[in-house]
Amino acid sequence: MSIARFWRETPRRYNLGGSKCPLCGTVYFPPRPVCPTCPQHRRSLEKMVPFQLSGDGTVFSFTVVHDAAEGFEMQVPYVMALVKTVEGPILTGQVVDVEPGEVAIGLKVRATFRKLREEGKAGVIHYGYKFTPSLETDVRPPARGPAVPVETAAPTSTDRASA
Amino acid sequence: MREVAVLGVGQTKFGELWDRSFREIGIEAGLQALVDAKLGSGDLGGLFLGNMASGTLLDQEHIAPLILDYAGLAGRHLPAVRVEGGGASGSLALHQGFLAVASGCYDFVVVGGAEKMTDVLDTTANEIISSTADHEWEVVFGATLPALWGLIARRHMHEFGTTREQLARVAVQMHENGSKNPLAHYRNKLTLEQVIGAGEVAEPLGVLDCAPLSDGAAAVVLGPLEVARKYTDTPIRIAASEVACDTMAVQHRASVTTLASTVVAARRAFQRARRAPGDVRVAEVHDAYTISALLALEDLGFVEKGQAGPEFASGRFAAGGSLVVNPSGGLKAQGRPFGAVGVAQVVELVRQLRGEAKERQVSGATLALAHDVGGTGATSAVHLLERAD
Repeated sequence: MSIARFWRETPRRYNLGGSKCPLCGTVYFPPRPVCPTCPQHRRSLEKMVPFQLSGDGTVFSFTVVHDAAEGFEMQVPYVMALVKTVEGPILTGQVVDVEPGEVAIGLKVRATFRKLREEGKAGVIHYGYKFTPSLETDVRPPARGPAVPVETAAPTSTDRASA
Repeated sequence: MREVAVLGVGQTKFGELWDRSFREIGIEAGLQALVDAKLGSGDLGGLFLGNMASGTLLDQEHIAPLILDYAGLAGRHLPAVRVEGGGASGSLALHQGFLAVASGCYDFVVVGGAEKMTDVLDTTANEIISSTADHEWEVVFGATLPALWGLIARRHMHEFGTTREQLARVAVQMHENGSKNPLAHYRNKLTLEQVIGAGEVAEPLGVLDCAPLSDGAAAVVLGPLEVARKYTDTPIRIAASEVACDTMAVQHRASVTTLASTVVAARRAFQRARRAPGDVRVAEVHDAYTISALLALEDLGFVEKGQAGPEFASGRFAAGGSLVVNPSGGLKAQGRPFGAVGVAQVVELVRQLRGEAKERQVSGATLALAHDVGGTGATSAVHLLERAD
């Protein structure tokens, strides 16, 4: 993958920056330019607002990968999961720092910033989120951003009124 | 819209065809279909060619005119168009051919599907097929195409109690069916123990839950139903040709255990044909992974949501049942040359409806369904076929 292509996605991959539809309130990750579920779909264009995910969620489904994707050969067996975040969106990512046999649907996890893979010795190193089990006694700060999601714009009554 | 019929079919053997080139297999299937249709090339209006990834697999783009050229038709200057939709490329080409004839723009067209998967290393091929999922939000994080289907499988087991054995039963049945198909990539039979004991790929899916990477090509000739009898004794009417799409990534689906694209394409197809799932006697469904076949049976409306595991394991979709699924052996045993799959499904069903399927013949087959999927379900296509006599 070209450097520019990976660099473009850095804000999302590193910081879990999503978007929210001010008309229906649905949160998306990665951010979308238009709301796919809102009945007022077309009206959401250019109105979607940035929305920060906390990185907390639970395992919705998982698989233990033995036949690795390119660049992940050294990591097998590794756990890929669908993680349902507390804000709603589901993310696809690895679950690490845990034995594969200990991962189950419902396991609470938190996003963490990690190296994903490198393209050979001289190639681009890809960074992004992986997930680790979150514990009741966890004293680590949230992976990124404030614990309470920030909304930069609130829906107005006129937004809601017309279809 | 005009009624459209399949007038001729052709297909190469599927498998690791190391001694044959892309253009050789493409032409073999296409010319077989033209001969089968008793159609002169002078009658042709155009070629639609389904292909997923010739650029990365063969370093060759722009393949539709290439096939036209080596089929000896370059001098006629026909339009030749490549159609891409991941693993559903063949079905999308068929849809385009159907629209071209139905609209009256062209009278006769060849629809081909061809893919050469084994000219690159398996690791490269796997990377290419994974690119039919969302590269930036799934693959970059370590997901492969089987891993994404593994996520679907695990969730299906969690929600509906589907078991590892029920998944494995799909592979066993497909190899049983494929053993009767001389064109199949694999003709060996499998036991449940072999499937379950095979090396893991993406749990719960193992090597024998996954369709192989195959080379192969298939082609059909389409024309207006009203003149079909001039070309064939058994015209097969395309009762519906429907395509539906959904989110690119599994993570964005309303339900991870339902392919909404399949549900909608099937609903549209049955509505258009004024038929119901219960009318179908033979079907070729997308079984790239064992879980894919179970989702297909549910989402096409053949069984209740969540019940495909036990229903399939009961043996009711095997030869002799009221609905026979994948008599060809499906993608699992007949093989998976990506862009050729959707066309090959229709070739098999036309042979079934004509009564030419020999050992695999499904008796009393009148209505047939073909179901093709791209990626993890961002695209689904459903075709309904029936005898026109």
